[in-house]
Amino acid sequence: MSATASQPLLSQSATPMVRADGIEKNYGKLQVLNGIDLEVQAGEVVCLIGPSGSGKSTFLRCINHLEGIDGGRMWVDGKVMGYDIKGTRLHEQKDSEVCRNRTGIGMVFQHFNLFPHMSVLENLMEAPRLVLKQKRSIVRERALKLLDAVGLADKADAFPRQLSGGQQQRVAIARALCMEPKLMLFDEPTSALDPELVGEVLKVIKDLAQSGMTMVVVTHEMNFARDVADRVVFMADGVIVEQGPARDVITNPQHPRTKAFLASVL
Amino acid sequence: MSTQITVADEVPARTRDHYTIVKAKHPGRWASAVLILAVFAVLLQSVFTNPRFGWGTVGKYLRDVSIINGIGVTLMLTVVCMAIGVVIGVVLAVMRLSLNPVVRTAAFGYVNFFRGTPVLVQLLFWYNLAALYPLISFGIPGVALNANQLITPIFAAILGLGLNQGAYMSEIVRAGILSVDNGQLEAAGALGINRLHTLRRIILPQAMRVIIPPTGNETIGMLKTTALVSVISVPELLYSSQIIYARTFQTIPLLIVASLWYIVVTSVLSVGQYYLERRYAKGGQRNLPLTPLQRITLFFNTHDRLARKGGKL
Repeated sequence: MSATASQPLLSQSATPMVRADGIEKNYGKLQVLNGIDLEVQAGEVVCLIGPSGSGKSTFLRCINHLEGIDGGRMWVDGKVMGYDIKGTRLHEQKDSEVCRNRTGIGMVFQHFNLFPHMSVLENLMEAPRLVLKQKRSIVRERALKLLDAVGLADKADAFPRQLSGGQQQRVAIARALCMEPKLMLFDEPTSALDPELVGEVLKVIKDLAQSGMTMVVVTHEMNFARDVADRVVFMADGVIVEQGPARDVITNPQHPRTKAFLASVL
Repeated sequence: MSTQITVADEVPARTRDHYTIVKAKHPGRWASAVLILAVFAVLLQSVFTNPRFGWGTVGKYLRDVSIINGIGVTLMLTVVCMAIGVVIGVVLAVMRLSLNPVVRTAAFGYVNFFRGTPVLVQLLFWYNLAALYPLISFGIPGVALNANQLITPIFAAILGLGLNQGAYMSEIVRAGILSVDNGQLEAAGALGINRLHTLRRIILPQAMRVIIPPTGNETIGMLKTTALVSVISVPELLYSSQIIYARTFQTIPLLIVASLWYIVVTSVLSVGQYYLERRYAKGGQRNLPLTPLQRITLFFNTHDRLARKGGKL
């Protein structure tokens, strides 16, 4: 299969997990996203790659409406994110509705953003207790299971500052998973880590991908993208330049910008 | 330089030398210490030999009933006014950070007004409120309270000090909120935690680390500021001593009595502040520094161990 732009890879009849339709985003006069169309099917793993400033992180943050959009529409699991459609108008949703729509979307940040005043276990339990109003005993059991899954069962009572970067990021992944999301977003999850800690985090993400989780990953780890992603999307200057099966795009890019980018990072 | 790679096993064991380290001498430190002690001795001698200090009178009034009652009023004013100040401060700080420009400006106007006028003037103003509004109705028909009866000296004092403190506290709380990393807001938002919960559960607990130390300072400041309400004849610590020396003319001994009590109470508050700061440093440092008590215990434990092991660790 050739790696050309905007070609759907998995033709499924079910509603896509993510459907971005002409997403535009400006910071003042600077146009960061210039009409992004992208569909992510349930169970698919998509890696967003591209030079810094290409808008890939911004696009990721538009998916769960951490960034408002200036044009286009974003659907997650069949629901429009951040707005209610009434006729031809998009009405901004209230904070509580935005929050409700986000509960099915987990997000992992470059700088972990764990809550430093809470223990690891409290970090995991906070949102399910507060937002989903689930019982303490149920959440606790799930949290401990997740900590075990990311290899940190013995750190439940530690505070984030007592952990290494890799451990903190694994806690952050477990924290997102504790909300039982249908979609996981990763914003450069290994960029802030010391080189020797990258592997342990990538392994957790890889395990998660193999378990069938739908994921959108912004990353600079080309080997990871090649091995784990179903599809790689290359962005530059706020548009999608090239996309296709991971191995094809990374080992045999077609567009000159993709070629130039991959030549500089590999 | 050798270009070979050496691994740890191949590094030859260092031969230990037998030099002894001799500590540097610091004659300047000794001289300054002696000078300070000499000045202190002269001061102490004058304090205890000058009969005008009236130490006998000080001792007599130190535990006088009206003085102790005065301390009670001072403490009550401090606690109540700080509580009012903290509540108003948090509300104003959140208002200052609101997206609504009217709300933001109103909060700024409040802070500017109360910080811009002397608290002594504010106290006199509240005390004389009856001259401005003889009847207070709160806009409710049928309610007509006599301002002269409603605004007692103690009520005027609480209003004046509390509202004024709110303005200062709001700046402290605002600084605390702004000190929390924006990533925390994003993480909470991404987890679907709404704004109010984020503020209460995520932002404010972290802001505490920045808010607590200056608030302790403000509490100690407030304790001393309460002395101002002596001008509107609230019987707190200073006014209670003034009443006594107005009768006995023993001005200096009674001011000493008041000062001693102020020092005692502020010292106690300082200790409380130290432990409060430690509590809220949780998560900020990997290991908390030892408390003085823990340090003393450790000191004696190590020395015991040294003694048992015959002077060698």
